[in-house]
Amino acid sequence: MKTAVIVFPGSNRDHDMFHALELITGSRPQSVWHAESTLPDVDLVVVPGGFSYGDYLRSGAIAARSPILKDLVAKADNGVSVLGVCNGFQILTEAGLLPGALMRNAGITFVCKEVMMETVNNATRFSSKFTKGQVWRCPVAHHDGNYFADAETLRRIEDNGQVVFRYADGTNPNGSLNDIAGITNDNGNVLGMMPHPENLVEALHGGLDGRLLFESLATQAA
Amino acid sequence: MKARVIVTLKNGVLDPQGKAIEGALGGLGFGDVGSVRQGKVFDVELAGADMSTAKEKLEQMCEKLLANTVIENYAIEID
Repeated sequence: MKTAVIVFPGSNRDHDMFHALELITGSRPQSVWHAESTLPDVDLVVVPGGFSYGDYLRSGAIAARSPILKDLVAKADNGVSVLGVCNGFQILTEAGLLPGALMRNAGITFVCKEVMMETVNNATRFSSKFTKGQVWRCPVAHHDGNYFADAETLRRIEDNGQVVFRYADGTNPNGSLNDIAGITNDNGNVLGMMPHPENLVEALHGGLDGRLLFESLATQAA
Repeated sequence: MKARVIVTLKNGVLDPQGKAIEGALGGLGFGDVGSVRQGKVFDVELAGADMSTAKEKLEQMCEKLLANTVIENYAIEID
């Protein structure tokens, strides 16, 4: 699987993502600076976590208007897989690639801890290696992860199976509606999630739970 | 031309920061505070003097960047 990671001023989980992708796919992802205008021809583009533009205006708002986003939207429209993690999820909603918005955590504080995730839909290219209903561990680290969408949008994404991951076992860390932790677009090729699967992919991380997401993508691309 | 854009959260959208400010005002003895909602103000200087063009441009700025219309409303004031 060929991959690329977009890097913005203020990205800080890009190297964790390079490492996870290289570990699981066997090849080094291409790093693409946000000011570039075209993405390389790859199977998966990742928008990593961090604090692009210092979260100025709204988290992800400025990054979502970067030059590279035009090609990201075009690639997404053509069916290329796009994964946004944490700030990447915020950027994808701000860019209109995913429905809804990520607001300040309901408890106001930054949360940095481990949560439990339930794979609600395993019939996506991001989740096929999980079993339906599988509960797994995943770290979170964010201030603005409180997923919000209006009632009609929420109903639509629930009915469409676009909710792929939910916080489980009462571990919702941010007040997200319906315990939503990760959603896809209507077409199923763009996924955004607040937790960091790239930080639980090797024994030294204390677990391998996050690998299944990348392995799902690698299987799909093979 | 000077303009002011005011961005506020839509009704029904939870505002935890507003709630925290509300609590702090209560703690300072302002017991008559019913509720507080936090918003943003942008002061924008624009070249040109045509009011309707300016308003149109500011609306585009709000739609494209200044507000996230999933969760926020905006109002435009032009001097």
